[in-house]
Amino acid sequence: MENIIEVKNLVKKFGDFTAVDNISFFVGRGEVFAFLGPNGAGKTTTIKILTTLLKPDNGQIMLDGHNPITQANEVRKSFGIVFQDFSLDDELTAFENMEFHGVIYKVPKNIRRQRTEQLLKLVDLWDKRNNLVKKFSGGMKRRLEIARGLLHHPKILFLDEPTLGLDPQTRNHIWQYIKDLNKEENITVFFTTHYMEEADRVASRIAIIDQGKIIAQGTADDLKKQTKTNLLEDAFIALTGNKIREEEAGSIDHLRMARRMHIKRS
Amino acid sequence: MGVIYILWLRQLKRYIRSKSRIVGSIGQPLLFLVALGFGFGPIYQKANGGNYMQFLAPGVIAMGILFTAVFSGIEIIWDRQFGFLKETLVAPTRRINIMIGRTLGGATVATIQGVVIFLISLLAGFRPAISSLPLALFFMFLIALLFTALGTAIASLLNDMQGFQLIMNFLIMPLFFLSGALFPLDGLPKTLKIITSIDPLTYGIDGLRTAFLGVSHFGMAIDLLILGGLTALILIIGAYLFSKIQI
Repeated sequence: MENIIEVKNLVKKFGDFTAVDNISFFVGRGEVFAFLGPNGAGKTTTIKILTTLLKPDNGQIMLDGHNPITQANEVRKSFGIVFQDFSLDDELTAFENMEFHGVIYKVPKNIRRQRTEQLLKLVDLWDKRNNLVKKFSGGMKRRLEIARGLLHHPKILFLDEPTLGLDPQTRNHIWQYIKDLNKEENITVFFTTHYMEEADRVASRIAIIDQGKIIAQGTADDLKKQTKTNLLEDAFIALTGNKIREEEAGSIDHLRMARRMHIKRS
Repeated sequence: MGVIYILWLRQLKRYIRSKSRIVGSIGQPLLFLVALGFGFGPIYQKANGGNYMQFLAPGVIAMGILFTAVFSGIEIIWDRQFGFLKETLVAPTRRINIMIGRTLGGATVATIQGVVIFLISLLAGFRPAISSLPLALFFMFLIALLFTALGTAIASLLNDMQGFQLIMNFLIMPLFFLSGALFPLDGLPKTLKIITSIDPLTYGIDGLRTAFLGVSHFGMAIDLLILGGLTALILIIGAYLFSKIQI
């Protein structure tokens, strides 16, 4: 199988802290690949490097045959992404968010309009297309982000904890959709999640990262066999230990608080 | 072009939809016009300065533009914190186009704000010549462009809004109060004269006054040269800093 993502000896440091410590892995074209790990393990940092948002300190990366550092725009054309945090413009409508995305990805107008309708119908938001996004629930925003990430027909779809905070109905709905997409359009899916049963059900292969290092790779069954457990969750805990990880509250959390207070006041 | 246009359009839509922001940003200039314009008017007249409202209005218009423009640039920090910046930065388009689109959008919004304050100043008794409007509009846009680019440059260096108060108190307020917005530049003490002459807003306001009233301190050529040159420089610096943003 041809590899659409290849990562060799990737390193990323923030000051003294090594967020990603010499990791290597590959993802085959058309695979659904789960990238699992406790909080602060380096998942999001790795995704940011793969998607050209951060520059690595060391290592070789190839995405669909292109290098994210030297051929950033080629790489950017090849993937769609749903970030861990919402990345929609609240003050625009669902349709305007799609339109914005289509224009900056240079999707021709007639195709853009056609796909926007198709995708918004698919995620059940077509009736709400002219509503401002700030009126949407978390699930609706997620569905819109997935629709948006697919508008330019990417070859790879990155999903960073796409189902965080969603109810089981919405989670099911989203995964069903992603699985269909993978089957019908052969889109490669690279995702992270804390819900182990999601990874067990959906992923064809799994890598587990902890403290910046990849500590296990294989199918869900491989990992269970390796740890002599019956559930992926038990295998995960056997591999990464019981200790609860602390993540430093970033400035984002501070600002969220500030905005919440600001909204309350006004 | 499409990329620049859609970013420009986004800034405009956001502005038009935030009614509270429009109303809020009119309050301060209105207060300046009423309190200072009417308050100092009589004494200004006695000192043979002429009509203070005529003198003050261009300064207050420039103030409104300054605040709105810097804030539009600074908005990048909000986009960064609330995720939307990531959406634009993973798009296959050149960073410079994103920066230009945003800056033109912010500058347009600030110019509209300036026009709104201009209309209010007419109610307060400001009487410029109608023929002065095109040139005045041009200067308003130039001021807007300069300070939106400045806001963008600053925002590219900041990770969160914590530095915002600092910028407000140590950059925006001095830029406004130490320009010729509120007082004439003739016969100033030497130190203040030097300070006002290194404040770029001084040239913006002088240009605006030249356009509206036909009275100039430096001469329009110098106003244009300094303002235009500085705008180009800050745009380049802003574009460079913006292209270096990592999330």
